[in-house]
Amino acid sequence: MRRRDPWKAVLFVIGLVPAAWLVWLVLSGGLGANPIKEGIHFTGLWAIRFLCLALAVTPFMRLSGIKTIMRYRRMIGLYAFFYALLHVLTYAGVDQFFNLHDIWKDVAKRPFIMLGFATFLILLALAVTSTNKMVRRLGGRRWQALHRLVYGAGIMAAIHFTMSVKADVTEPLIYLSIILVLLALRMVPALQRKRRHDLSAA
Amino acid sequence: MLIRNRQILSENDVTPEALYVNRRAFMVAGGALALGAAFPAFAAPAAAPSLGTLAHSRFSTTEKETPLTDVTHYNNFYEFGTDKEDPSRNAGTLRPRPWSLIVDGEVATPKTFDIDALMKAMPLEERIYRLRCVEAWSMVIPWAGFPLKALLDQVQPTSKARYLAFETLHDPKQMPGQRSAVLTWPYREGLRLDEAMNPLAILAVGLYGRPLENQNGAPIRLVVPWKYGFKSIKSITRIRLTERQPVTAWNLSAPQEYGFYANVNPTVDHPRWSQAKERRIGEFFRRETLMFNGYGEEVAGLYKGMDLRRYF
Repeated sequence: MRRRDPWKAVLFVIGLVPAAWLVWLVLSGGLGANPIKEGIHFTGLWAIRFLCLALAVTPFMRLSGIKTIMRYRRMIGLYAFFYALLHVLTYAGVDQFFNLHDIWKDVAKRPFIMLGFATFLILLALAVTSTNKMVRRLGGRRWQALHRLVYGAGIMAAIHFTMSVKADVTEPLIYLSIILVLLALRMVPALQRKRRHDLSAA
Repeated sequence: MLIRNRQILSENDVTPEALYVNRRAFMVAGGALALGAAFPAFAAPAAAPSLGTLAHSRFSTTEKETPLTDVTHYNNFYEFGTDKEDPSRNAGTLRPRPWSLIVDGEVATPKTFDIDALMKAMPLEERIYRLRCVEAWSMVIPWAGFPLKALLDQVQPTSKARYLAFETLHDPKQMPGQRSAVLTWPYREGLRLDEAMNPLAILAVGLYGRPLENQNGAPIRLVVPWKYGFKSIKSITRIRLTERQPVTAWNLSAPQEYGFYANVNPTVDHPRWSQAKERRIGEFFRRETLMFNGYGEEVAGLYKGMDLRRYF
């Protein structure tokens, strides 16, 4: 580590803005007539938005050549986990009031909740292993293999969102498309490298 | 095993009836006084005209009413958008006057009713009903309306009539949500004739003693309180009596999730969530959902011998 990066502090504060906004909405009654449901939606939406941002870092770096952006990927990913955690806590704690019986029935019986729960477990595993110490302990290769699960988590989160909607799936499908495009973009440089490799071999 | 039964102990037992009736009488009198007596010349076109004195009904609950702002700002009315607040924002384009309601099909005397004439002809009463949405939230709403049976008596269903097919207005200019194919427009709903004749089934033209706001289904809507909210079709333009069970908008869109009957039933879950509990708007904890939304005494007989898992 060289000197402290002031942009990290800026990013940290930006990441807290939606949470602060949520607190304001709760206190001012801005969440409407069914605030608990709205709170679940709000936190889930920000989880998926930060997940999109985290998935966008690598393609952006490759396309733009701005390598420094990689420094912020971990914090963006951790914010995705933070909002996913708030999402789960709002559902389990505020909506179901930690009624484990009802929650378990919900998780076991409803595919979309099960999918959301699985997504959360992945994000939890990634968050726990996000420290430098854990990277060293796992070894770079294994750590990277584990953290590639984020691709699955992104798709699962978007499907979970789509399945939770009653009729108008436009919004969740937009997030699903963004995630699929971001994942597809990762394959472009790889393909180019492979072609170059094939050409040089020929 | 401890069974908590909210059917036995409800708000009815908590709020003294006299206090409650007094409050309503005071509110109605106050409204009439302010609009009618003080400004007789301007009483009719006032912004929120009172519907006058409404007869009380023995079917009304004395449970705590959901605040008016929640009733008018938390709506499912996909013709004006799919978010709960969309209808209150976007329903200004709907013109609820003039409005006619066609009642035809298997009836002896098909009729087209003008909404104002209909409201004058029918004895309006207040019905304070629980409303249970399929999304597991609920409200208590003081509707103003009249029994659907009273309307049917005027057109005399024939012996062939077994069902009612309801239709909402289809006009994307007035209902901008109809420009997207979220549902098959116009919104359609249906009832069996015996369900429609049940005294609980009303056509509502107001709530909280005032005419319906557009987002609540102005100028006239169905209210069938023992069924999930989506059955209570809004802004009705046509009721056709039919021999066959009519198609309904939600049944067309997702038949595995929304059946024709849509009776409130805590033991039959929606495929994506439990229906055992609900959240009353304004309350923190979920409460147990009652069979037929607590109206079993009046309607359970309609479904005798039917498998309610199959006919959900």
